[in-house]
Amino acid sequence: MAFEGLAERLQNTIKKMTGKGKVSEQDVKEMAREVRLALLEADVNFKVVKDFIKKIKERAVGQEVMNSLTPGQQIIKIVKEELTDLMGGEQSKIAVSERPPTVIMMVGLQGAGKTTTTGKLANLLRKKHNRKPLLVAADVYRPAAINQLETIGKQLNLPVFSKGTDANPVDIANDAIAHAKEEHYDYVLIDTAGRLHTDENLMTELREIKENVDPAEILLVVDSMTGQDAVNVAESFDEQLAVSGVILTKLDNDNRGGAALSIRAVTQKPIKYAGMGEKLDELEVFHPERMASRILGMGDVLSLIEKA
Amino acid sequence: EKTRSSFSTKLNDLVARYRKIDEEFFEDLEEVLIQADVGVMTVMDLIEELEMEAKRQNIKDAADLREVISEKLVEIYADEDNTAEAPVNMQSDGLTVFLFVGVNGVGKTTTIGKMAHQLKQQGKKVLLVAGDTFRAGAIEQLAVWGERAEVDVIKHNAGSDPAAVIYDGIQAAKSRGVDVLLCDTAGRLQNKVNLMNELSKVKRVIEREIPGAPHEVLLVLDATTGQNALSQAKTFSQATDVSGIVLTKLDGTAKGGIVLAIRKELKIPVKYVGLGEQMNDLEKFDPHAFVYGLFSDMLEKE
Ligand SMILES: Nc1nc2c(ncn2[C@@H]2O[C@H](COP(=O)(O)OP(=O)(O)OP(=O)(O)O)[C@@H](O)[C@H]2O)c(=O)[nH]1
Ligand SMILES: Nc1nc2c(ncn2[C@@H]2O[C@H](COP(=O)(O)OP(=O)(O)OP(=O)(O)O)[C@@H](O)[C@H]2O)c(=O)[nH]1
Ligand SMILES: [Mg+2]
Ligand SMILES: [Mg+2]
Repeated sequence: MAFEGLAERLQNTIKKMTGKGKVSEQDVKEMAREVRLALLEADVNFKVVKDFIKKIKERAVGQEVMNSLTPGQQIIKIVKEELTDLMGGEQSKIAVSERPPTVIMMVGLQGAGKTTTTGKLANLLRKKHNRKPLLVAADVYRPAAINQLETIGKQLNLPVFSKGTDANPVDIANDAIAHAKEEHYDYVLIDTAGRLHTDENLMTELREIKENVDPAEILLVVDSMTGQDAVNVAESFDEQLAVSGVILTKLDNDNRGGAALSIRAVTQKPIKYAGMGEKLDELEVFHPERMASRILGMGDVLSLIEKA
Repeated sequence: EKTRSSFSTKLNDLVARYRKIDEEFFEDLEEVLIQADVGVMTVMDLIEELEMEAKRQNIKDAADLREVISEKLVEIYADEDNTAEAPVNMQSDGLTVFLFVGVNGVGKTTTIGKMAHQLKQQGKKVLLVAGDTFRAGAIEQLAVWGERAEVDVIKHNAGSDPAAVIYDGIQAAKSRGVDVLLCDTAGRLQNKVNLMNELSKVKRVIEREIPGAPHEVLLVLDATTGQNALSQAKTFSQATDVSGIVLTKLDGTAKGGIVLAIRKELKIPVKYVGLGEQMNDLEKFDPHAFVYGLFSDMLEKE
């Protein structure tokens, strides 16, 4: 019940509509209601849903649907198109600075998956892009955070720069860059402590790190199970830091991951990677159109369209 | 009783801000609840009931709907007269064992650290066992919490069998005359069948060694989680018979409203809330304050 896809939701409405030739305003209203519920159940933010439904309705009363022999399918097609469009058409790449090292800051709420993803991304950069990354332990607050990153470094056989828990994160970042330049690392990945977007002191700390190290990327790491709050979090991190992209974690769950749509809609920032497991090789390039299908259970929807 | 009446007063104030019961009122109410991550279906049902009630009684004035609304809202988190906070199953003598379960990164280990501190303050003899042998740095993390709370931690090497270290924790707890044993486990997504089986096995070890234990199986939920929390509660309950919820990260802007749907569908009560990363940031769940918190934005908006 909880994760009923759009297909099941729309089935009855579609049945009523096919063969009827014409769509009534009531039909469109009913459709819109089903799409709305499906999106809300997928955790898409309610404001984003509102705008989205408005757009769908506008198109649904237009020619392409009204004159179609299969108006139900036509509406689904529109939903899918609009959704993919919203997710951002093409995949985006990780930045490379003209002068190495390319500095990447990992930021986000507590427990989102920053430290793990820092390791995964370094692994990917080395394996796929043949780069030499340095991991930086700038979380001095969470118990054993440095130990966690060092363990990950060991598992990957990659170096970790740390100065213990007494050092200031800004100093750690600065020293790490100096070290990276000396040792000719071409990527520096800074793991920062989890924090609430409302925590002024800790958000200021991130801004200071940013000003000091001039990162090519600030990647916001977001748990794909996040609900309505994803919008607040993403908007706030972006306002305070101007993030360059998003990494969505824990997508190996069977959730719909509507947070992706919300974040995309409010920040316009590309989602660059998807975390697909706890292991350090489980990071994938993000595919917007797959995500669109996932959010609405579109796999089923597409087969419905084909049947029409 | 006192909290209950002050809760109703506050809700009444809230409803009083709307003069008319019209479509807009219900739309606002629906949005507030959706925004708080209350389960979509739970919200739709509630709104429908309220709309019907308003029609039936021909209510036009918001003030007249107050009673009905507060009643319905109280009903969504409590059954009949069960409005009291859910008690925690602490044995008056002998060993009490709590097992902590949940998906990745929700706050299991941190909650154990906080609870250890709280119990220690109450004069209890507490022991922790590092049942997460998988995640990088998990054992060390629990060890730091052990130092902070000044309680011992039983641990094995990283990568070893979680059931074995839990077994050792139980034996140590018995021989040391411990009052409360808190068992950490690795985070796992509920759709990973092998990992869920592993967790059931850990629970069986505890059951076998101490009749009546574990006395609580606490599912830790992150308040920022949306609808997926319902599926977490279902699957973890199937695997470990969850007895209560710890709702963490309520110090953020998320409301954790999904626990209402969980309460409604699965009857699992919230027992504690996490309100920060420090030792003292763990509190007993107060349902009135919680439900009221869901509407605080609606209040501020006016
Ligand atoms: N299943 C799954 N688990 C993940 C994924 N990414 C991270 N995790 C797990 O999520 C939990 C939290 O990950 P961390 O990397 O410690 O998160 P963090 O953001 O660094 O946490 P803090 O530093 O405490 O803010 C760990 O148990 C990770 O193994 C993923 O893509 N899939
Ligand atoms: N703001 C806030 N942060 C919390 C709270 N509880 C835990 N955290 C933070 O959330 C992050 C993850 O907490 P952990 O205790 O490691 O979570 P876990 O469930 O044990 O994680 P895994 O073992 O990796 O599955 C840490 O950064 C904690 O400090 C809370 O109530 N509020
Ligand atoms: Mg971390
Ligand atoms: Mg843990």
